[in-house]
Amino acid sequence: MGSYPRLPFFWVVSKLHLYSIIIERVDFYLWGSFGCCRGHVSLPVKSVGICKCVATPQEAETAYKTRVTRNPNIGKLQAGYLFPEIARRRSAHLLKYPDAKVISLGIGDTTEPIPEVITDAMSKRSHALSTIEGYSGYGAEQGEKPLRRAIASTFYSDLDIEEDDIFVSDGAKCDISRLQIVFGSDVKMAVQDPSYPAYVDSSVIMGQTGFYQKDVQKFANIEYMRCNPENGFFPDLSSISRPDIIFFCSPNNPTGAAATRKQLIELVQFAKDNGSIVIHDSAYAMYISGDNPRSIFEIPGAKEVAIETSSFSKYAGFTGVRLGWTVIPKQLLYSDGFPVAKDFNRIVCTCFNGASNISQAGGLACLSPEGLNAMREVIGFYKENTNIIVDTFDSLGFKVYGGKDAPYVWVHFPGRSSWDVFSEILEKTHVVTTPGSGFGPGGEGFIRVSAFGHRENILEACRRFKQLYK
Amino acid sequence: MYNSTICSFMLSADYILQPRMVVVRQSSVSCTLKNQSVRIGHCTKVPRNENLEKLQHGYLFPEIERHELRHLRMYPNANVIDLGIGDTTQPIPTLVTSSMVDFVRGLSTVTGYKGYGPEQGEKALRKAITVAFYKDFGIKPSEVFVSDGAQCDITRLQLLMGLNQKIAVQDPSFPAYIDSSVIIGQSGKFVDETGKYKNIEYMTCGPQSDFFPDLPTISRTQLIFFNSPNNPTGHAATRKQLEQLVDFAKVNGSIIIFDSAYSAYITDDSPKSIYEIPGAREVAIEVSSFSKFAGFTGVRLGWTVVPEELLYSNGFPVVHDFNRIMCTCFNGASNIVQAGGLACLSLEGLRAVRSLVDYYMENARILVDALTSLGLTVYGGKNAPYVWVHFPGSKSWNVFAEILEKTHIITVPGSGFGPGGEEYIRISAFGQRDSVIEASQRLKYLLYLQEN
Repeated sequence: MGSYPRLPFFWVVSKLHLYSIIIERVDFYLWGSFGCCRGHVSLPVKSVGICKCVATPQEAETAYKTRVTRNPNIGKLQAGYLFPEIARRRSAHLLKYPDAKVISLGIGDTTEPIPEVITDAMSKRSHALSTIEGYSGYGAEQGEKPLRRAIASTFYSDLDIEEDDIFVSDGAKCDISRLQIVFGSDVKMAVQDPSYPAYVDSSVIMGQTGFYQKDVQKFANIEYMRCNPENGFFPDLSSISRPDIIFFCSPNNPTGAAATRKQLIELVQFAKDNGSIVIHDSAYAMYISGDNPRSIFEIPGAKEVAIETSSFSKYAGFTGVRLGWTVIPKQLLYSDGFPVAKDFNRIVCTCFNGASNISQAGGLACLSPEGLNAMREVIGFYKENTNIIVDTFDSLGFKVYGGKDAPYVWVHFPGRSSWDVFSEILEKTHVVTTPGSGFGPGGEGFIRVSAFGHRENILEACRRFKQLYK
Repeated sequence: MYNSTICSFMLSADYILQPRMVVVRQSSVSCTLKNQSVRIGHCTKVPRNENLEKLQHGYLFPEIERHELRHLRMYPNANVIDLGIGDTTQPIPTLVTSSMVDFVRGLSTVTGYKGYGPEQGEKALRKAITVAFYKDFGIKPSEVFVSDGAQCDITRLQLLMGLNQKIAVQDPSFPAYIDSSVIIGQSGKFVDETGKYKNIEYMTCGPQSDFFPDLPTISRTQLIFFNSPNNPTGHAATRKQLEQLVDFAKVNGSIIIFDSAYSAYITDDSPKSIYEIPGAREVAIEVSSFSKFAGFTGVRLGWTVVPEELLYSNGFPVVHDFNRIMCTCFNGASNIVQAGGLACLSLEGLRAVRSLVDYYMENARILVDALTSLGLTVYGGKNAPYVWVHFPGSKSWNVFAEILEKTHIITVPGSGFGPGGEEYIRISAFGQRDSVIEASQRLKYLLYLQEN
């Protein structure tokens, strides 16, 4: 059932471990089931004892257990990572309605083919690997020099960011975890609320947080910075207690909000005053329509307080090809004056072994003049999708946010549970979206509709929305 | 240890060991270099991760590269032969690259375009790995997780296990096990006198004990990293040895992380997978890689096996949490590369990449013969592409430097792999045949000169 790995139900109940077993059961049960899985846990521990849905076959009583303790940090996580959960729901729905034409506007997965100028370069590189002159083994862990140079000149040319400040990777999601490894467990994060789930989840895994607090749907020891229509999707920084690290995604996933220059100046100043480090996720910067800053380094002083991470995923359709980068300026120093870039370099050399050389060849082609034009065309295509979706929900009388500077539309369903709306939309229109609460408690009451899709699917989905909500 | 805060700068590749400069906080937001009035600008208030402070030097292989670069600057016309970093040199068979070319071309078409793949890897590849390597050992595709390489998986496994674990490693061993353990916070500080980190169990593997740890003398740890065939010694553990290891793990409730990245190089009947040993499914994770048997060092592809039967002390399946790590901290290996991996594992593919392994093993044979003929004690080279040469009474970095200076050959000093590697040099058998032959001759000449 579904596409997740089938797991055995090995549970040995012993009085000594009863409490921890119950916690694990809650976690496991929610992860492995469909109907009662929510984006957050709201079951009190006691009632789980009543839940008999976890089976314990005879052999489980004698199954060998190692004496290695489970990492309690992972035990703190409430359910599976958000997007595999969405995928599971989609699969379950397809089983229920095998003839339904399900349209996926949930996971932000690119759908349009990669322009040939880019795949040609990857074909060439792949082929070259079977020749003596063209074969290359290990590459520099920080990335191939020409690509680092091209990234610096394409995105940071007047911003004083140099080639060796750039670290090429296999994507922003992986870089986020590597940054967490760099910072270690003794730092405190602040995140936007709502935000891309990897920031919070990686912080929990790294041991920076306390337990999940069900009443507020937040992990202890993370500062959640509410971003909503009332504050223009920019946090009230005066109400935040000092964090060490601030994750800031702009244009924002899921709200689509792009911070203004004024807002980023305020953020940089806040970081400076508090001695914090901003990790600016600019994965959607090329979707910006107006003149909002595309890079945190457009803000004077940012080099001393910020890291920037980005990705080719949403520009070049590289979601499966895997390529991104992180910028760490030399001027970014720890409290003892040690350069953060040096430690990041150590992590990149020890915990990573470079992005695939084939993907890097593709990245280099992306940044040629022809490649950039081709990428802009594809981005334009998704932006047009976004307009269609925005217009649709607008015309239905919904309050709609985002969609101008990002391929996400953030639709308000006031007073309703976002998982309920998600289920209703899925059940009645066969369209997969993403419930806002999956991005944090600040996402409750919202649905994220992603604009990645073939044009006919976008149009069809919008027709179905109109049917449902007319 | 420090009265004021310390600032280390690696100013350029010229500095092998960083000069340490003392930094004084003047105010909450600026730092100056002590005894110089040089303002180095705003310091954040974010404390440096003290685990990273524990690391002694840079990671071993970039350090070797730095030595090479320095040497090249001193001798710009030298014909430097690199038998240091275990980097593959032979082209990937066309059968494999053409499948990657086809896949790439498909990405430009409507029907062939693929976005995000499953984080655990493409189903077909997971199945192919199971069939190719674990057919008779009951491993299921759902227990196989495709990755971008073993080095990355080792860190993800550490992230999975968390900091409250103690590891045991072979001594000498591939440095990523120890370094990742330090980074994640499992180890204590480095002790200069012993050359070891506290709270890591170093299991000496030397010729006296047939390169297998004396298990009765090893204290219990939660995790045991075991690499066979071994990098750097080249020793492949026998069935009997692995049975002992599995027993040991079972008795102690430990988890073995078995690195089988070089199993394709085994020429005798040593086990190629830990799962050949009965009971291993309940105690072992296996990590492997396409790097060394398919030339994928730059392409990036590997896998980790976590059997369903492997349980934490509370009965929770390890595979569940590893899956969570893979979904949260990773986003799948490149789909292009996975297409190449699939081609490697077809019958023709396996045959084609076999020729790569044979080529490197012939290099190894040449090196072993040359060094043995000089009367040196040489290990390895039979089940792995590494030759482990003993220089009794020597300091391995000195031997490394002397070989580099006098023959322009890069090797790796054994102590880079742990204190158990002192007195040894690792010579890698990856390289063009003529370079390997040339290197053998230069070494013969050097040692001949030294004797006369």
